[in-house]
Amino acid sequence: MSSAHAHTAPSRGMVETQGRVFGLVAELDTPHALLDAVKAIREAGFEKIDTHTPFPVHGMDRAMGLSPTKLPWFVLVGGLTGTCSAFLLQWWMNAVDYPIRVGGKPFFSYQAYVPICFELTVLFSALTIVFTLFGLCRLPQPYHPLFTHDRFLRHSDDGFFVSIEASDPRWDETKLRAVLTKAGGKEITVIRELES
Amino acid sequence: MSAESHAGAGVLEPEPLLENNPSLHAITDAVCAPVEKDVTKTPIGWLVSFVAALGCLGVFGITLFMLLYKGIGVWGNNQPVGWAWDITNFVWWIGIGHAGTLISAILFLFKQKWRTSINRFAEAMTIFAVICALQFPLLHTGRPWLAVYWLFPLPNQMSMWVNFRSPLIWDVFAVSTYGLVSAMFWYVGLIPDLGTLRDRAKTRLRGAIYGVLAMGWRGSNRHWQHYEKAYLLLAGFSTPLVLSVHSVVSFDFATSVIPGWHATIFPPYFVAGAVFSGFGLVMTLMLLAREFYGLKHLVTMRVLENMNKIMLVTGTMVGYSYAMEFFIAWYGGNPYERFAFFNRAFGPYAWAYWTMMSCNVITPQLFWFRSIRRSIPAMFVISIFVNIGMWFERFVIIVTSLHRDFTPAAWGYFRPTLFDVGMYVGTFGLFFTCFLLFLRFLPMIAISELKGVSPYADPHTKEGGAQGHGHGKENH
Repeated sequence: MSSAHAHTAPSRGMVETQGRVFGLVAELDTPHALLDAVKAIREAGFEKIDTHTPFPVHGMDRAMGLSPTKLPWFVLVGGLTGTCSAFLLQWWMNAVDYPIRVGGKPFFSYQAYVPICFELTVLFSALTIVFTLFGLCRLPQPYHPLFTHDRFLRHSDDGFFVSIEASDPRWDETKLRAVLTKAGGKEITVIRELES
Repeated sequence: MSAESHAGAGVLEPEPLLENNPSLHAITDAVCAPVEKDVTKTPIGWLVSFVAALGCLGVFGITLFMLLYKGIGVWGNNQPVGWAWDITNFVWWIGIGHAGTLISAILFLFKQKWRTSINRFAEAMTIFAVICALQFPLLHTGRPWLAVYWLFPLPNQMSMWVNFRSPLIWDVFAVSTYGLVSAMFWYVGLIPDLGTLRDRAKTRLRGAIYGVLAMGWRGSNRHWQHYEKAYLLLAGFSTPLVLSVHSVVSFDFATSVIPGWHATIFPPYFVAGAVFSGFGLVMTLMLLAREFYGLKHLVTMRVLENMNKIMLVTGTMVGYSYAMEFFIAWYGGNPYERFAFFNRAFGPYAWAYWTMMSCNVITPQLFWFRSIRRSIPAMFVISIFVNIGMWFERFVIIVTSLHRDFTPAAWGYFRPTLFDVGMYVGTFGLFFTCFLLFLRFLPMIAISELKGVSPYADPHTKEGGAQGHGHGKENH
């Protein structure tokens, strides 16, 4: 099964009992409770935390201790590439390779190059934004262990989930369960990778 | 603040964005319902509209065939009117699209939260309007497949390059960039909602299609972090882009030496007109859609009233531009310019000019009255007048400036042919076919964004979020 909706796979009833442990997932009632839960989990020393919400929760980046996204730097480079390539393209084509004489105007009329320099800056920036976004998010990612959890599907509706990966250096299921329960986490579930 | 205090908001509190405080789940349900209807239960109204749209698309196909078979002589364009309905329709359709970008990008940067209920809808319109607009300049070249090398700098056997000093080439870059960026912006905005549709899918096929489109989105905050920045940046780039597109379109006219076209006021005047006409069409279609799909509590009167206010502002700007053009024509003292404008208002095309004036300058002024701004029938009628008026504006600018050439011996009068009409009607078919498919298969309101502005989404108030899990337990 390599589709994004592994939950429809016939193996769904068995996910609790086989496969490598991916991590623990819990459900919170509100964005506020989720924010508090994440703070509590981090105070307990866990780092490989993620939350899954129907909309971006304000303040979550700081609660999770995420450093600011590097996306704008990629876009800066992409945008400048657009500007430069537009300028070089127009200069080389109209002033070097194939000069067109129109009304005695100079071949290298850089003023007239401004609109296309602008348009290609925007185009290259937008392409960089979209593809960097996919790159940084590792999308498309058709399979993810969380999709095996039926309740998890509500993350795109009205569910607020927190997940902690078992690859966390301080992974300790018992301790984690205690922290989650105290923070109001419900339906605490162990998620396993699908057997390949 | 609890949901109750929201409901009993005092007079000084702003009108809520969403009526009756729907729970997050109710928002998902309301927006997904039209998309998730079984094929056999497709509403009859949709089917009838779709068949009509396909019919118009057929008209487009026939006209297209005749145009390519016989050449652009089937249109009414002839000396001295070399640009007529084709370029009028191009500018009109592109202008329609501008409302979508204004709503999705500019209002986003200004943090106008009310935009969330209409932005998806308007962005879809943008993309389809750009597709329709592109037909005209492409077909107007006569043989588009031969035009490629002089529209784009493509290596060719003649070793020639395009002339970058021509605004027509700027236009090619501006419009194609606009189309691509709008499509990317739209898709990025759709990803979380496609995830919602995937997770709600009842059949494997739906799950597979929406699953592929959603690319494995799982609402992860590590993704939202990049996503929000990407969305902000796309909005930031789309804002100057949309202003540049209609400015560049206006350069096609403004950099020429034709009296009536050669004016520095053109770029801002065109942009204002574009937004004005775009809001007109968004309004016409949104009123129908919210009525038809029962989304009145999501697209509230407050939203509609705000849109009417924008139409009032841009309509007034357009009216000011008309007045200013006349003033400069008189004050500038150029006899050709004076003649061009006198001829517009009192010449053979006076009927078109006064249609434009009454639809664009007089009608939107009715929105000064609150009762009219909040009356559905009134705004529906006015929005249609705006669409008509803005089409005539482009027609007046293009045709009246051309039909009286510098030498009276070269004067003429443009009359459209059946193929002019067929082409225009045909692009409506193209537009509505795309648009109805969009309404049927994609969420017409941005679900995740709408949830983000709902009071349940605020993580900083304990009680505010407490209702958020409501499975119908929201209190009124």
